[in-house]
Amino acid sequence: MIDIGLGHYLTLGAVIFSIGIIGIFLNRKNIIVILMSIELILLAVNINLVSFSIYLGDLSGQVFTLFILTVAAAEAAIGLAIIVVYYRNSGTIRVEEIDRLKG
Amino acid sequence: MIAHAIFFYVFSIIAVISAIMVTVSKNTVHSVFFLILDFISISCLFIMIGAEFLGMIMLIVYVGAVAVLFLFVVMMLNVAQQKNQWFISKENSGHIPVGLLISIIIFFELIIVIGGWKYKPDLFKTGNISSNEVTNTHSLGQILYTDYIHIFQISGMVLLIAMIGAIVLTFRQREGVKKQSYLKQISRERSEGVDVIEVASNKGVRIDD
Repeated sequence: MIDIGLGHYLTLGAVIFSIGIIGIFLNRKNIIVILMSIELILLAVNINLVSFSIYLGDLSGQVFTLFILTVAAAEAAIGLAIIVVYYRNSGTIRVEEIDRLKG
Repeated sequence: MIAHAIFFYVFSIIAVISAIMVTVSKNTVHSVFFLILDFISISCLFIMIGAEFLGMIMLIVYVGAVAVLFLFVVMMLNVAQQKNQWFISKENSGHIPVGLLISIIIFFELIIVIGGWKYKPDLFKTGNISSNEVTNTHSLGQILYTDYIHIFQISGMVLLIAMIGAIVLTFRQREGVKKQSYLKQISRERSEGVDVIEVASNKGVRIDD
């Protein structure tokens, strides 16, 4: 318990990843919370990469964390733009009312 | 070592609780706030284990840009007070057990991966990257701008395309808004702007002509 090792960080990453998955599945509210859950999942991936990079002594994990961060920022910008356009066209972003594709 | 353990548990418990609150909070603005708290505690963890550049970058990018972008959109769309109904909705209740099951299975798979990995500790040597002379930021920059320069530039292109896409998606021209047209103003010439009229004596000028 006292000796914090790699397993602790990986467990933290796993917990946050699972919470993100739960947030995507259980959300009945609006799409913005689903986007936030995706951000949580990417954050868990970043935790894994950084902890492996520290404990293996290889800096490539931190470099790829930087790239994941870039892609996450781009994804948030595009996703929020799509949500804004959809709200302007249909007046709602509730998850159960978005059924235009009849999925 | 015990200080490290105490800080790890404090930050990770805050991170997990705020991650749960992001998903179950009734108010979307509160969700964004808990997301910010989550990012801050995770970046504190990053700084604590020696990746201080990434911790600071996460503070700047996530808390400073992405979370504020989320806040802007939440407040602009006026959806903050929509009730969270996933406990009481009737026709959608089939999603909840499936989602819980899949999440729990994924969590235990990850735990099994971590546990199985513990029996192979000799595959690598645990070394410390950050020696005393070279800081984390310095060494990151040294390999980011040499070995990974192409990926770095491609990520810049990704950001550019995201910016263009966001602008193109949300751009619209409203009808009936008076605007200044610079091109029309600049390209106006004397021949169409000024009219010389011969004024007859005692007749005056009719401007409508």
